[in-house]
Amino acid sequence: MRKFTTLTAVAAPLVRANVDTDAIIPSREMKAVSKTGLAEGLFAGWRYIEIGGREPNPEFVLNRPGYAGARILLGGENFGCGSSREHAVWALAEYGFRAVIAPSFSPIFYGNCVRNGIVPVKLPAQAIALLAAAVERDPAATPLTVDLVARKVGAPDGQSYDLPIEAEAREMLLEGLDGIDLTLKQRAAIEDFHARDRAERPWIYL
Amino acid sequence: MTARTMFEKVWSAHEVVQETADTPAVLYIDLHLTHEVTSPQAFSVLRAGGLPVRRLDRTVATLDHSTPTDREQIFGGVPIKLESARKQVEQLERNAAEFGVELIGLRSDKRGIVHIIGPELGLTQPGKTIVCGDSHTSTHGAFGALAFGIGTTEVGHVLATQCLLQRKPRTCAVTVNGRLPAGVTAKDLVLAIIGRMGVSGGTGHVLEYRGEAIRALSMEERMTVCNMSIEAGARAGMVAPDETTYAYLKGRPRVPQGEAWDRALAEWRQLPSDPGAAFDREVVLDASTLEPMITWGTNPGMVAPLSGHIPSSGDDVFRKALDYMGFEPGEPLAGKKVDVVFVGSCTNGRLNDLREVARILRGRRVARGVTMLIVPGSQQVKREAEAEGLDQVFKSAGADWRESGCSMCLGMNGDTVQAGKYSVSTSNRNFEGRQGKGARTLLASPATAAAAAVTGFITDPRELLS
Ligand code: SF4
Repeated sequence: MRKFTTLTAVAAPLVRANVDTDAIIPSREMKAVSKTGLAEGLFAGWRYIEIGGREPNPEFVLNRPGYAGARILLGGENFGCGSSREHAVWALAEYGFRAVIAPSFSPIFYGNCVRNGIVPVKLPAQAIALLAAAVERDPAATPLTVDLVARKVGAPDGQSYDLPIEAEAREMLLEGLDGIDLTLKQRAAIEDFHARDRAERPWIYL
Repeated sequence: MTARTMFEKVWSAHEVVQETADTPAVLYIDLHLTHEVTSPQAFSVLRAGGLPVRRLDRTVATLDHSTPTDREQIFGGVPIKLESARKQVEQLERNAAEFGVELIGLRSDKRGIVHIIGPELGLTQPGKTIVCGDSHTSTHGAFGALAFGIGTTEVGHVLATQCLLQRKPRTCAVTVNGRLPAGVTAKDLVLAIIGRMGVSGGTGHVLEYRGEAIRALSMEERMTVCNMSIEAGARAGMVAPDETTYAYLKGRPRVPQGEAWDRALAEWRQLPSDPGAAFDREVVLDASTLEPMITWGTNPGMVAPLSGHIPSSGDDVFRKALDYMGFEPGEPLAGKKVDVVFVGSCTNGRLNDLREVARILRGRRVARGVTMLIVPGSQQVKREAEAEGLDQVFKSAGADWRESGCSMCLGMNGDTVQAGKYSVSTSNRNFEGRQGKGARTLLASPATAAAAAVTGFITDPRELLS
């Protein structure tokens, strides 16, 4: 997985509450059996004019001038709610997003971000509104910075916020670690548990 | 010892490594259910790392999410028409063979929606930790299991380690006093609970449904309630096992028999929350005041009694939702026109649901201009329904009776609702585009869905039952 240290990039505001996984990647766009080929379907229902079509809707933020090359997404409350489908995070990652900033996340979505190299940043709604306002004045000239090393989020106008994140999630993102590697380090404890459990609850293993 | 909740008992019995301030717990998983949509990339991760599936005796795969519901494509030797679905099915067949995972295959008489066949086969048992790459895994909590949905990376993680890294959720008791009035169903109850809690009201919590109304529910009805826990934002939902649970389980194929049954039963009886166990939160409802419910917006929390109205004002999200649905603020819900009716899904695709629908369809016809699709939750449900002649009731009413699968719950297999059309659906999600781009979904109980099918309008099913 790609490591994340610090990133300064164009941010796209999509500040509405309850942006769900079906909106991020509609199921009709989720046909692949691999993790790629999903970027095109990202936000398809909002991004394109026609059902299943590819003609850009000029009003959607990612199609507006100044937002080309956006790598940071500014979102609203309960971002990524809905399904556990990880395709939503893969689509964001493949499109190029490396950080999502929102007041709150669905916990499954939050975990999926960490495991796929996207930094989920929880900031107060008011801070996000201020950042979005700054970005909207001139998106290309107002890149935001997400610094995972210093745990800071900032804008060129001097706004700066602490980036709250658990140590383990931070380490995984910084090191580009895979969760399986981490857990398999505990193999002995798992084997012990398994042996004990098998004696105590034999019916589970019928 | 301090009084513990059921959740705490199940959680601590599965903690391989306890959580710390910086690291989540390593939780042992008793049952891992997988399907064709969220597993292909997980198997690729194993293959790339040269890893085996850690515990084949804890892993069961099936095909449901994108499978056709048309008989010809399952049993008639006709290839699956939708290419994306065919690829996913073939990929899981290959992965299961390569890794040695038990697959309840396309033509198996045990196949069905993963959350319906788990309980049916008796794989779902009290006190187990159960995961699946589908949010509605919470269904299995009806048995006093701790069951939740996981993402594909976690699917890979469980396949490789039989463990999951988890932060311990908080607990919330949902106490439902009184009894549901006649004609008000478990679906109406859970929609009312979500309406009360909101779509993020349960975030970070495991819900324990309890109280007189819950105890009175059948296992099927408890599954309907637990199924939608995630729609209140909760990690999982649970109901304490009791005699209803044991009676349902006894004799099922994967349930322990003889002496092992007695031993398991003795353990299960220890599971319910101890008297006085503290929950982090509690929500209290009175079942006797509830009515049939239906959603009017684009999340399951946007819900009202059938006899009620859409709220007259709201925020930006409210306005966007009404815009999408083509509704006006303050409008009454009863009498709204319906184009499509879908009965099925892991929420309401069991035999009792189909019986409810048949009660209303018997001797009536689906209204002109309405399409009705009835998809049994499993092949076993299908057989049982046919043995009772329910399929004849459905067909003579003009409804379409299919093979089992997720179908129009998520519209991945080609069963979709057209843009702008109104669909009364017994499934669990009314998000924008869930049943097809531009599709307008109204979630309701099987009885309400059937009533809408025969009248062509949102109708209180109690009017047709008297
Ligand atoms: S019926 Fe719907 S919610 Fe249930 S498992 Fe299938 S897709 Fe998921």
